[in-house]
Order: sequence, then C-alpha cells, then structure tokens
Amino acid sequence: MAQVHSTHGHEDNGHASSEILGGHQSYTTVTDTIADVVLKRPLGKAWLFGFAISFALLMMFLFAVTNLLVRGIGIWGVNIPVGWGFDIVNFVWWIGIGHAGTLISAILLLLKQDWRTSINRFAEAMTLFAVACAGLYPLMHMGRPWLFYWLMPLPNTMALWPQFRSPLEFDVFAVSTYATVSLLFWYVGLIPDLATLRDRATNPLIKKLYAIPALGWRGSAIHWHRYRTAYLLLAGIATPLVVSVHTIVALDFTIGIIPGWHTTVFPPYFVAGAIFSGFAMVATLAIPLRSYFGLKDYITDKHLDNMAKVMLVTGLIVTYGYMIEGFMAWYGANTYERYQMLVDRPTGAYKHDWWLLILCNCVMTQLLWFKSIRNNIILLWLISLVINVGMWLERYVIVVISLHSDFLPSSWGMYHGTVWDYMTFYGTIGLFMTLMFLFVRILPAISIAEMRELVHELHERDEARTQATPPAARTV
Amino acid sequence: MSDIATIHESSHSPSSAATAGEVYGLIAEFIEPNDVVRAARRAYRAGYRKMDGYSPLPVAGLAEAIGFKKNRVATLVLIGGVTGACSGMFMQWFASTVHYPLIIAGRPYASWPSFVPITFELGILFAAFSAVFGMLILNGLPQHYHPIFNAPGFDLASQNRFFLCIEATDPKFHLTQTREFLESLGARNISLVEH
Repeated sequence: MAQVHSTHGHEDNGHASSEILGGHQSYTTVTDTIADVVLKRPLGKAWLFGFAISFALLMMFLFAVTNLLVRGIGIWGVNIPVGWGFDIVNFVWWIGIGHAGTLISAILLLLKQDWRTSINRFAEAMTLFAVACAGLYPLMHMGRPWLFYWLMPLPNTMALWPQFRSPLEFDVFAVSTYATVSLLFWYVGLIPDLATLRDRATNPLIKKLYAIPALGWRGSAIHWHRYRTAYLLLAGIATPLVVSVHTIVALDFTIGIIPGWHTTVFPPYFVAGAIFSGFAMVATLAIPLRSYFGLKDYITDKHLDNMAKVMLVTGLIVTYGYMIEGFMAWYGANTYERYQMLVDRPTGAYKHDWWLLILCNCVMTQLLWFKSIRNNIILLWLISLVINVGMWLERYVIVVISLHSDFLPSSWGMYHGTVWDYMTFYGTIGLFMTLMFLFVRILPAISIAEMRELVHELHERDEARTQATPPAARTV
Repeated sequence: MSDIATIHESSHSPSSAATAGEVYGLIAEFIEPNDVVRAARRAYRAGYRKMDGYSPLPVAGLAEAIGFKKNRVATLVLIGGVTGACSGMFMQWFASTVHYPLIIAGRPYASWPSFVPITFELGILFAAFSAVFGMLILNGLPQHYHPIFNAPGFDLASQNRFFLCIEATDPKFHLTQTREFLESLGARNISLVEH
C-alpha cells in the first residue's frame, strides 16, 4: 500500500459539550481556539492600551523603589509605634491572592472538579505573579535589600545562623518554597502546551523559541504516564503547602503579643481569607479575559457561578473569624484585647476603615446568595473588585490599628501611608498586570492539553450515557 | 519487563541489521484515543515489545498496553520528601544545639516543635524537585533530537492525532509484515520513520 499521509487531518474527533464547555468542542477546536490567541491573533488596541497603562505603573514602581533605595525607608509612613505599614499589608494581600491559584490547580484537581481545567493555567500564573509582588515587600522593608541573603542559612565568616524559632524565618522558607513549587507546577503543566505551540508555529524563530522550553516533548505514552504521576503528586504536595504558607503568615502576627494579633483563630481564618481574595482576583481577571479573547465557551457562566459560590463560602468563614475575634476579646477579659477589638476598631481613629471592611467583606458578599446576581456578569465583576478592596482593608486594619494603640497610651500614634507608599502599592499592581498582559499573549492562558482531556472525558461520558439509554428513549 | 524508555536509547543495536541503520520504525495514525489503545494491545499480543504510543493528551491504559509497568516517579518523590525533611530538621538542630547555641524565649536548645514549619517546607521543596526533575530525567528530557519527529504529519501528535510506532529494533520487526499488521489494526495512515 502506498504511503498516504494526511499531513493535516481535517476530521474532527472527540466531540463534546456541556455546562462547563460551551458550543460543540473537539480536540481540534480547543487546540485551534486557544493556540490561535497566542500564535495568530494580532495585537489589539485594547491589549495595547491595557499594557501601556500597566507598564506606566510599573515604571512608577521602579521610580518609587529607586527613591527608596537612595533615601531609605524613611520616605514611607512607617515609624514607631506602627513599624509595619503598607509593606506588610501589601505582602499579606498579594500572597493571599496567590493562594487561589494553587487552590484551583491543586486542591480542585485532587477533588476531580473538572470545571477547574479552563481556569487553572491563568490562576497559576496569577499565583506566580502575585507571589513575586508579595516577595518584594519584605525585601524592600529590610531597608538594605541587597543583604537579603542574611535570611538564608548560608555559611558566613561570622558563623551566624538565622533564628530558626522565629515565624519571620519560617516565612522565608514558606514563601520561597511556595514560589518555587508554584513555578515548577506551572511549568510542568505548560510543557505539553509548549510542544503544541512549537508544532503549530509557522515562523521558524517562534518555533524555536517554543521548542526550547518544550524540552523535546513528543507525547510518548510512557512520558505521559510519568508526567501524570508527577503532576498529581505535585498537586498533592502543593495542597498542604498552600495551607502552611498562609498559616505561617498568620503566625507572623499571632506569635507577637500585640492586642489584636495574639489569637489562635488567625491561621484558619487567614487561609479562608486568602482563598476569598484569591477567587475574587481570579474573577476580576477571568471576566474581561474571556470576553476579550472570545473564550466564553471555555470559561462559561457556570465557572463564574462556581467561583461566586466559593467566594460566598469563604466570605462567610471570614465573617465568622471576625465574630470570633470580637467574642474572644470580650470573653477572654483581657483589657487590652477588649479595648482593641471592641472599642478602638469600631469607634477609634480608624473606624472608617473598619466599617468599610465590614461592608465590603461581610455585607456585600451576601449578595452572592442570589443566583440572579451571580449570573449578572457585570455585578459579579464589581463584587469581586469590592472583595479585593475589602481584603486589603482587612490587612490594613489588622496591621495598623493593632499597632497604633498597644499597651501604653503614651506610645500611641497614628499612621498614614505617604505618597511613596501609594506609588509602591499601585506600582506592584502595575508589575502584576504587566506580567499578566505579557502572559496572555505569549503562553496559552488555558491549558490546551487538559482541555483536550476534558473533551475526551465528556465525550466518553456522553457515549456511556447513550449506550445506557434504551433505543426507544433515545429517539424521543 | 524492564523500563521501555531505556530501550529507546539502545535503538542502534545491530539486532535487525538490514533496517536498523536507516529506519527507526513504522508509525500508524489513529483518529480516536480508544483505537490506539486497542491497537497497542493487539500489537503487544502479537509479540511486539519495542513500541511507543504518541498522543496529544494522556490516554488511560496506553502505557500499560505497550507493556510499561515500572513508574518510579512516586518512589523518587517519597525519597526526596524524606531527605528534605530530615536535612531540614538536622540543619536546625545542628545550628541551635551544636554550632551556635542560643537560648531563645527560655526554650531548650533542641526545641523541636519550633523547627517543624521549616522541616515541613523543606520536605515539600525537595519532594517537588524530585517530582519534576525525576520525571524529566526518567523521560530522557530535554532531548535535542528524536527520530519520531521525522514521521510525516507528526506535528498532529501534539494536537489531535494518536500514533503507534513499532520500532525497527524489535526482533519481530519486518518492513512489509509489520506494515501489513498495522494495516490490519485499522490505522488511518502508515508511514516509515527514518533516523
């Protein structure tokens, strides 16, 4: 028989569609749609506009950081008694946002939630970029960031070791492990997709650029077998990792004796708060992304509905945390704690921030009980923004209000961020958005290989259902 | 049966001298994932051992169908995790009791509960490194060149087609007989893969 090669098979295979996969999808359509966003789509005006704004913010960040390095952290608002200001607020805020990415990619994978497939890639990217932003703050706060390696257990002429019993040192290990594992997890997930882009790219230079990180992936059955094991195990170890990271961030506070910090409810409610803000950020990013790149068949209304439900549940856990904090302050009969939680926060100098926090995190979230609101994309997007603000305020309340009024009224003081604090904060948003804008252009924002797997699974499920239905019922 | 990946590397062996020089194998193309699994099972039953399946998504049962049994990734991850955790605990114990003993918060030098978080993190870190690099090394990646990419239409293996390649180093490999066998499996296209 002659050698007949179909260089380009036109037959479609593995058809499927469902609630979490709109339209009629096959291996070919998911591959084409997602890969073409990267390889074929021209730079749009909206993308350029968004990128320009983000990049301008990034430049502002570099300016603020340069000034910080030249003049020192005296340009920030931090001083005694409030020695932890925007830098720690933003650190906790960013790292919390990162946690939803790991939750989606790891925990939902282990729970076999197949709706995670289409959002996990960019949620993981969000994790990476958010952790990068978070990590900058403690480094800048050190004042002499070029000495950051003192945090590491490295041999040195002074024969000194870091203080291993301190949660701040736990944090060094937790955050650097988290950043490394998130990067590995993300990259491993990308390898088959990079191979797809390598095989589809027509420009030889672009082909080469994708071929190098694809590592010569050829989709061998044996390779896939080991790959799946490695990926599942990574998910398995990322799950306790993500919980440990925010627990350790909470320990940074709880091991201090400051009223408002020294409480055992912190670790679990910090973890819930992290997931809460992270899902809000995923929704904030997913809603414009899917409409701009025409990916509504992959990130469907069902996905947004599920995300809204996660936000509602974690929002309720966070609210419960606030209530327990207040209750324990009253029940514990510690004067300082009681003053902090029940008097200073709701009626003190920072009462507006506290009430705004309650409005954003506890009241507005209740709107998500209603299906009509969850399904209203614009409203959902606005609520996700409100939650992002609310979670930032939560960290501001915890850090600033607790520190500004501790045991001795003579040492009380006020804290306000300076213009440099704000420039640094908005600057990291610029850094985050710049990386996000580049990511959606350079790499597939949705995992192509996993979408094919999803198509395959749904297809198999459909066939099993058709076979199970008696022929008479099938015709009806 | 031993690890198939190691056999790839020995594909230059002179066992089938007539073909091994130029021919890597014969590759058959399939449209549906289940077809390639069925074909692989039949090829294994027919006595072929040196073969591999290629697919754009992980196909359940394909690796087993071609006779792959030993997946050592999980063992590596366990070893990595235990090594990381042990070295983490040892490092902190050594620093706090031997090399630089300091009394912190009135605790004993070897106050192991406060060493748990870093021990845990290092266990996770080493386990993750073993998972990723173990998988890549066992798979022989990164690999600069592989003859399978010479197969016509192989770019679809990362998009929407499923392939089964019987390699020329298989003792049962025969250019015409193997081709006829692959045809009998219902393959869509069969082509020669050259080195």
